[in-house]
Amino acid sequence: MAEIVLMRNFERPGSHTLAVYREHGGYAAWEKARQMEPAALVEEVKQSNLRGLGGAGFPTGAKWSFIPKNHTGPVYLVVNADEGEPGTFKDRYLLEKDPHALIEGMLIAARAIRSALGFVYVRGEYVQPWRRFSAAVKEAYDAGLLGQGFDIVVHRGAGAYICGEETGLLSSLEGKKGWPKIKPPFPAIKGAFSQPTIVNNVETLCCVPPIVSRGAAWFAGLGSKTQGGTRMYSVSGRVQKPGVYETSVSVTLRRLIELAGGVSHSGRLKAVVPGGGSAPILTADEIDVAMDVDGLRNAGSMIGSAGVIVFDETASIPEALMVLARFYAHESCGQCTPCRESTGWIYKMVHRIVEGHGRKDDLDTIIDVAKRGAGTTICAFYDGAVGPYISYIQKFRHEFELLCRS
Amino acid sequence: MPKLTIDGKEIEVEAGTNLIEAAQRLGIDVPHYCYHPSLSIAGQCRLCMVDIEKTPRPTIACNTLAADGMVVHTQTDRVKETRRSMMEFHLINHPLDCPVCDQAGECWLQIYYMQHGLYEPRMTDEKVHKPKAVPLGPHVMLDAERCILCSRCVRFCDEVTGTGELGIFNRGDHSEIGLFPGQDLENNYSGNVVDICPVGALTDRDFRFQVRVWYLDTTKSICPGCARGCNIDVHVNRKRPHHAAGRRVARLKPRFNDAVNAWWMCDVGRYGFAFVDDPSRVTSAQRRDGTQLTDTSLDEAVAAVADALRRYAPDEMAILASPDQSNEDLFALKRLCEQRGIRNVAFRVPQAGTAADDDFLLRADRHPNTRGAELIGLDGDAAGILAAARGGRLKFLWIFDHDLLAGDARAAEMRQALERVEMLVWSGTNANATLALAHRVLPLAAWVERDGTFTNFQGRVQRFRAAVEPLGEARAGWDVIGRVLSASGTPFPAARAEHWFRELAKTVPDFAGLSYQGIGDVGAMVVGAAPTTAPTPPGKRAGAKVTA
Repeated sequence: MAEIVLMRNFERPGSHTLAVYREHGGYAAWEKARQMEPAALVEEVKQSNLRGLGGAGFPTGAKWSFIPKNHTGPVYLVVNADEGEPGTFKDRYLLEKDPHALIEGMLIAARAIRSALGFVYVRGEYVQPWRRFSAAVKEAYDAGLLGQGFDIVVHRGAGAYICGEETGLLSSLEGKKGWPKIKPPFPAIKGAFSQPTIVNNVETLCCVPPIVSRGAAWFAGLGSKTQGGTRMYSVSGRVQKPGVYETSVSVTLRRLIELAGGVSHSGRLKAVVPGGGSAPILTADEIDVAMDVDGLRNAGSMIGSAGVIVFDETASIPEALMVLARFYAHESCGQCTPCRESTGWIYKMVHRIVEGHGRKDDLDTIIDVAKRGAGTTICAFYDGAVGPYISYIQKFRHEFELLCRS
Repeated sequence: MPKLTIDGKEIEVEAGTNLIEAAQRLGIDVPHYCYHPSLSIAGQCRLCMVDIEKTPRPTIACNTLAADGMVVHTQTDRVKETRRSMMEFHLINHPLDCPVCDQAGECWLQIYYMQHGLYEPRMTDEKVHKPKAVPLGPHVMLDAERCILCSRCVRFCDEVTGTGELGIFNRGDHSEIGLFPGQDLENNYSGNVVDICPVGALTDRDFRFQVRVWYLDTTKSICPGCARGCNIDVHVNRKRPHHAAGRRVARLKPRFNDAVNAWWMCDVGRYGFAFVDDPSRVTSAQRRDGTQLTDTSLDEAVAAVADALRRYAPDEMAILASPDQSNEDLFALKRLCEQRGIRNVAFRVPQAGTAADDDFLLRADRHPNTRGAELIGLDGDAAGILAAARGGRLKFLWIFDHDLLAGDARAAEMRQALERVEMLVWSGTNANATLALAHRVLPLAAWVERDGTFTNFQGRVQRFRAAVEPLGEARAGWDVIGRVLSASGTPFPAARAEHWFRELAKTVPDFAGLSYQGIGDVGAMVVGAAPTTAPTPPGKRAGAKVTA
């Protein structure tokens, strides 16, 4: 078993309070980081091989180093706590059970990028996480940890999946409709309120205090060659013990399902979505795969947000795709034409198939439409929808064909 | 200056030029919907994809700046296939109601489908339904089903007028254009959203259902609505008069001129042409018989006016010219005054009501040629002329266009004054109360019925051209005045507006060196006037709300 880093405090009573967090070494990393130069902090995080844990897996230290050196105006740190990827619920646990770990991570990150103001964009539906985190922010202010050169603004979203896309989040934060922004410019050059901005995921920033206190080499050693540390997997669906599991970044999918108590219901595995709703589906034969970036890429899927959704043999793949397709049609922001128009169209086709009015050529149409739209949009939303559209049909075509009349 | 290659042709462009503009300079059309040169980059329609060497997949041209050594391909199979896909996406929820859509014939969905689409339609499911025939304001009607959500109209209201009435509401394929609560699209530039709408989503309430656009003829012209002189196209319907109940002028559209109005024109000007086909048009010469005005021949009226001009002494005669007349008309009047020695000539008469500048193009001076009248030297003492009339010292008065009785508190006094004039001649396009007092009426052609030039408030001389025939016996001002000169025995050898302008350029120093050819489509400055640029729109000025 890998070392527990992110969830180290979860079982302690009152883990969300400053007193308990401090009792177990909390804010020691921040005390250490304040003595370090910003550039040294960036370097430390680069050496740790920390990669973004929100979905894209971008190296965190490299991202921090993109802030223009000659910039004289404000720099913002934005925390993406708009956890909305289907099957993903890890950030919720961090906000509820260890909110000070995020605040400490933000303090260190802010020093590294010379930011005096951080925004935490919390998913609107996350009421308890928002309460816990806001209470922790208040404690940190009262204790003089915040308000001494760094401030935190907690902002609640209003229920749009697209606001978890980093530039959609920035638009929403600015008070506009949550439309992703056209890139370039990238947020590190021109982000929130047109200022250089670093957007990091909750879990990513929670890794930063342990890196500073225990060293980049230790953190890098926990993981694989290309990714340091551990990560939290949200395991749900047809497993005996659904929940969040922290383990190695390169654990196999089979092992992860075992950790969650194995397959429930029929007990026979049919398929697994390994990285949140937008990850292409894997069949029962494809679970001996390492859950890191390369392992899943080679298997034709992606680690994404590490939300693992397990289907047993009694689950209907066409119905699952219908639910996902409805989600994408509902959540497409409507900005780019291919995504706006085809998510709705594809949902109508999948829905029709599930309702028993499908035609076999619908399946080829869905795949063709999805491929035509892939890679043509402003943000990654549509590419995230294309993975399921294509993989569910290609890997379980017989299930769809059974439902088609002609 | 970056030098790049597009479809094998090299071109050097200014830094900051995007690939749509760079390609355009080579005559290569990169299809697009959301891009507009005066609006921020939206990157939404995804139609302008091109292939750039060393990039893995097609890239939108609107948001890609030309870079040195860049090699761009606009005609690869991959680009063509991408365009075909984008056309399909744009059209799956479109109602395809071209037969009843006013945009048909000038619709970029139709044009690009024929150029870049031509796929077999595959959409068999129910389309998304959205609001139809929604009035957004006094001039613009929305059909949300036809809308392709390019957001040009939204950006126009944010970035040009700065008024921000429009937004895109809802998400996904239920997204639709709409007004923010409590707003109406009634800024003075609202008609422009119809021009920049690439499809039939925003149509002009004045033009809707009047005539199919393929029956329209286009003539380059100048808006006569104020002293700015926005460059316009006049669209007239001569081929199917029965479609619009005889209305000849179908609509006015702004014509790009970055020295005057850029892409825009105001609603006051755009919808100010109704007088041209109004029943109040004067189409025949008239003469007074006792208290009645009856039709007479143009020749009779001209002869009567020429006779009067011979009969009275110069001091007993006066002319009230109009700043709505062209430079050619005014110069002809100047000639007439010189021939007869008339010194009492003016063009500024008391206005009924006051107008104001708006904060962009529209000028408080709602006449197109005030500057021309000043330069040609007709800026005399109107009050003195009217005082002379009141005092019975005026025997002959020729009034152009003005209605001296309109809304003026002193209308009764003015009426008495005019009634004391022995020979009151009135010339204009549309009947008014002053006409009723005239002894002779010589009808004038409206600006769309004749050639000529106006001089805008900055000294820019701009040409307008005849789009339709004059109604009845109406004639251009210079023509009427020329006939009077001929009948007076001093014919002037000018049969066209251009001849008069040539003479004007020879005679009036401010116009020296100008010619119709030199003025061309974009206008030319009078001597000594500084070159002009279109004003910065309110939405783009410093301090305007940041939108992008």
